Amino acid sequence: MDLGSLLQYLITGVTVGATYGLTGLGFTIIFNTTGIINFAQGEFVMLGGMLGVAAYAAGVPLPLAVLLAVAAATLAGALMERTFIRPVASASPVNLIIITIGASILIRGVAMLAFGKDTFALPHFSGMEPIRFLGAAMLPQSLWVLGVTLLLLLALKSFFSSTMWGRGMLACSYDPKAAALMGINVSRMAMASFMISAAVGAAGGVILAPITLTAYDVGILLGLKGFAACILGGLGNPFGAAAGGIILGVLESFGAGLLSSAYKDAITFVILLLLLFVRPTGLFGKGSGERV
Amino acid sequence: MSPSRRNLLGLGAWTLLMALAPFLLTNDYYVSTLIIGFFNAIIVVGLNLLIGYAGQISLGHGAFYGLGAYVSGILAATYGLPVEAAGLIAIVLTGLIAWGIGIPTLKLSGHYLAMATLGFGVIVSIVFNEAVAFTGGPSGLTGIPRLALFGTTVESDLSYYYVTGAALTLVMALSLNLIQSRLGRALRALHTSERAAEAVGVDIARYKLFVFVLSAVFAALAGVLYAHYLGFAAPSSFGFKFSVTLLVMVVLGGMASVWGAVAGALFLTALPEFLRAFEDIETLVFGGILILGMMFLPSGLAGGASRIAKAVAVRLRRD
Repeated sequence: MDLGSLLQYLITGVTVGATYGLTGLGFTIIFNTTGIINFAQGEFVMLGGMLGVAAYAAGVPLPLAVLLAVAAATLAGALMERTFIRPVASASPVNLIIITIGASILIRGVAMLAFGKDTFALPHFSGMEPIRFLGAAMLPQSLWVLGVTLLLLLALKSFFSSTMWGRGMLACSYDPKAAALMGINVSRMAMASFMISAAVGAAGGVILAPITLTAYDVGILLGLKGFAACILGGLGNPFGAAAGGIILGVLESFGAGLLSSAYKDAITFVILLLLLFVRPTGLFGKGSGERV
Repeated sequence: MSPSRRNLLGLGAWTLLMALAPFLLTNDYYVSTLIIGFFNAIIVVGLNLLIGYAGQISLGHGAFYGLGAYVSGILAATYGLPVEAAGLIAIVLTGLIAWGIGIPTLKLSGHYLAMATLGFGVIVSIVFNEAVAFTGGPSGLTGIPRLALFGTTVESDLSYYYVTGAALTLVMALSLNLIQSRLGRALRALHTSERAAEAVGVDIARYKLFVFVLSAVFAALAGVLYAHYLGFAAPSSFGFKFSVTLLVMVVLGGMASVWGAVAGALFLTALPEFLRAFEDIETLVFGGILILGMMFLPSGLAGGASRIAKAVAVRLRRD
């Protein structure tokens, strides 16, 4: 095994892993604010890719199409929270999970009706001429993926640590009742969390669409991987979700390259299970010290 | 009325209804839909014990269903074992696998448990897809012989209906009894508060594991019946999507209710068949019903039914 191909696996893994991380980040934002695991998170990623393709096909220039896709998905996130989540805010966690599953079926169904069952591609943002170094090749699009992921991470970090809204959302995650008593509008924060996580997911979907192609049903698998990413990193920890996604992507890419491409997902999940058995709250999760 | 008397009465009414249903249905197609519904109900009754009573979530029960179907199918079709022996081995083997998986997995809780069971399901489903030499890969395992009991093949759909119905009734009776037993009380204590249950001396790890294995055995039984009914098994029937559907059946039927589990399974098996009429928007309607059901019937069909029954009783007493 030469250095070049190892490097190649690493690049592929980190690129795909960044999208898993973004999806995981979406899960984390909603979970932290509302305590809900949103099974429709993968559909936001799908919407990003598909809406981007649709806007581009309608003649909108590419950069504008990307922004439009993210904006439309954000709106879908707000709509979902308003219509399905807010009226039943006090429902039990498992009921809320079923509602998000229903929402994901609904979103997927609408996408299938609107765009059909075909697979679509978006043009690469800055050409397809690979950048070569040390025997490995890297598509410029991979740089876009990594750059946008890093940018979003930094933006979210400063949003949560230094804006009024971000800190309000964090407060909701610690204790919604106390947050409400401090004058924070908890239900508005819940809606904001759905919008932000839809935007983050859609951004991931639209920047990955040129590399992995997109279709109405890609959200299921991406949602699964995103959930795995935030469990791997420790649920509720945004940095953990991003890191978990990248670890997952790298594992998958090395598993496919070195062991077996057919079993790459199985290898990833076996490692994930073994890790959970050793560390039951993920890599960076807090201990499960719970008050009786 | 005491709970056990009520259960007995309920089971009697159910058996009567089940036995008469084929005569009320005009179409053979409905009978085969009911058979599939019974397979699902067998799994969901077990899963409801795990989720509704023991309070442990599983997103991987499709895998146990698949293991039952594939192991029995392969043993009978490829290695020519008698169907009875193949089925029995499949059920025992699945139970053993569940036991081995359950010990480390059930130490996890909440969303981590969901992830672990989901991961197990995904791994098993990949093996079904990729171990082509044994499973036939994505296109499926064919040539599985029809179910036979004591040397007699269960040939017609109607006789298969009664065999499956009897199996389901047995599973229901067993579960209803279990809930009334010492174990059932322990499970309810466990669901309310694991710590409190442990403090009064309930061996929670053992009880959780027992229910997990039992629910996997039920799922395997359903899988065996499935494989020898359709004569065919494909990985897509046992994947993540099916595991999620099972969870939906449990919740929409009503947690912690054997009757709710059966109602949820039958309702959600029949629903897509009725929605065929909507063609393109079938999945939209399905998703919509799921959401509305959860918004307006938060405790499921069973909860809704008992609320209506109570309201009726109150009104009758007033008159």
